[in-house]
Amino acid sequence: MQTTITGKAYVLGDNIDTDQIIPAQYLTFNPSIPEEYKQFGKYALSSVPPSQAGLPKGHVPFHTDDEFVSPYKIVVAGKNFGCGSSREHAPIALDAAGIEAVVAEFYARIFYRNSVNGGYLIPLECVERLCERVCTGDELRLDVVAHTLHNITTGERYELKPLGEVAPILEAGGIFPFARKSGMLKV
Amino acid sequence: MTPMTLTEKILAQHAGRDAVGPGDNIWVDVDVLMTHDVCGPGTIGVFKQHFGKDAKVWDREKVVIVPDHYIFTADKMANRNVDVLREFVREQGLPYYYDVGTDQYKGVCHIALPEEGHTRPGEVLFGTDSHTCTAGAFGEFATGIGNTDAGFILGTGKLWVKVPPTMRFVFHGQLPPYLMAKDLILAVIGDIGCDGATYRAMEFDGDGVYALNIEERMTLCNMVIEAGGKNGIIAPDKVTLDYVNARNKHAKTYTMVHTDPGAKFIHEKVYDVTKLQPVVAKPHSPDNRAAVGEVRGTKLDRAYIGSCTGGKLTDFRAAAKILKDKSVKIDTFVVPATSEVASGLKSEKIGGQTLEEVFLSAGAKVGPPSCAACLGGPSDTFGRLNQPLSCISTTNRNFPGRMGHKEARVYLASPLTVAASALNGVITDPREYLE
Repeated sequence: MQTTITGKAYVLGDNIDTDQIIPAQYLTFNPSIPEEYKQFGKYALSSVPPSQAGLPKGHVPFHTDDEFVSPYKIVVAGKNFGCGSSREHAPIALDAAGIEAVVAEFYARIFYRNSVNGGYLIPLECVERLCERVCTGDELRLDVVAHTLHNITTGERYELKPLGEVAPILEAGGIFPFARKSGMLKV
Repeated sequence: MTPMTLTEKILAQHAGRDAVGPGDNIWVDVDVLMTHDVCGPGTIGVFKQHFGKDAKVWDREKVVIVPDHYIFTADKMANRNVDVLREFVREQGLPYYYDVGTDQYKGVCHIALPEEGHTRPGEVLFGTDSHTCTAGAFGEFATGIGNTDAGFILGTGKLWVKVPPTMRFVFHGQLPPYLMAKDLILAVIGDIGCDGATYRAMEFDGDGVYALNIEERMTLCNMVIEAGGKNGIIAPDKVTLDYVNARNKHAKTYTMVHTDPGAKFIHEKVYDVTKLQPVVAKPHSPDNRAAVGEVRGTKLDRAYIGSCTGGKLTDFRAAAKILKDKSVKIDTFVVPATSEVASGLKSEKIGGQTLEEVFLSAGAKVGPPSCAACLGGPSDTFGRLNQPLSCISTTNRNFPGRMGHKEARVYLASPLTVAASALNGVITDPREYLE
């Protein structure tokens, strides 16, 4: 697990569901095949309505149409991020697009589990509503261990909630390495 | 001993503990793992990556694979994914596989599971699909997971679970003929919001629930995920057992579990079903509830009757009651959830016509059983919204882009309301067509 992450913010609102993160027509790619894993990056966040894409102004593309990786590193969002389906393709799409952490008010549970157990990205929770404080394009520095977020563009610092019980799983790199480390898994 | 809810008791039993409480992290033994064509290939990939290419699944009797999402499509990748499932089933010698293009083909996994005898009270079921919670209708713990968790289960038969606190929803009274389980669950989701049950179990109770048939109970549990719920659950009764025992082909044993008297609920709400109204969930969220009366007359382009939550025989009986001897005004798509439901459409009659004849003579199009346009899918999917149309649908989710086009507007409603609206081309109260 990376302990500090520095990069540009991409800001979204509430209830960003898995269909907006990776629309169903792209679920035909098999994430177990590395060439196809990359494809998810290309279509990440492609169903977010344009007015809601890249807040506060909206109409900010996550990446240009022919790019697999986005220039943004951290997604900042509102409530219930990742609600909807159980598709693990959702955190995979964000990971493939180069997103290393999400900072949201709270998460839908399957998205959260998938992010942690697959070790794709670090899902952090904010204390105050940051999707109205941070602007798309702001340069952020995230300190995972100290659970703080520094907005380099504005100079503001925000407290985040500690990772808590999922920290050891993220530190191990996902559920498999965690289970091996704890002796629960012998293979 | 501390009294436990139904969900807590099942999880405790599967963790080999006397008691568990909300917030406990436990490893549970899995009774059934279900996967399908969308998440199966990724799950198999995770399994092989971590357990080795020659690894065998932990228990062949406990794995069920149901291709259902992208079936009747020319999309090569989608068809390739079914080939991946087929090859895995062959290699592992899995007995429960419902292959495309054979007599075994079923359709939507959440309806196929109970029909084929894979749901039993007191069990723990995980599936790589968020609507796996449907099976809570059989008095079991059932929830959706991702590929990594499913790959882990394939190799170990275990998964870690955080025990959820339980919310209890009690329905009293005799359901009026113009209401269905869909109206009840949309009322609940409208009340608590699409995040109102995040990390929680939702237990349904009361004479209003036990008066529902098993399919309507499935509709209730199916949509707990639209409130963020981890699982929905209804204690087993005679209706449950009659269904389960008739389908339990392999005579697997199971244990009935009930909530202890005095168990603690984090939230409790009581509804009088006789006072509820037909409702819709407006675009673009399942919690965006409005009484049909408030949105009556809203113009529509399309109606859709299908999916795990709205494509069962009970749903089609209700729709046919409204559509009989009438004509739809807008494109109307009928998609039975499974092949068993599809044969029911051909055999069950009202007023001398089969249900399928009722739909066809009303001008609706009837498609083959699968998930179809509920979740959009490849562009040639039956009923998919390829344009920014307004659609009223018996499905369970209406976030932007869910049924295809990201500017399409989807209204969720009961089969009665969808059928009545199809006749007028605008949102219509089913009471206009019911005596």
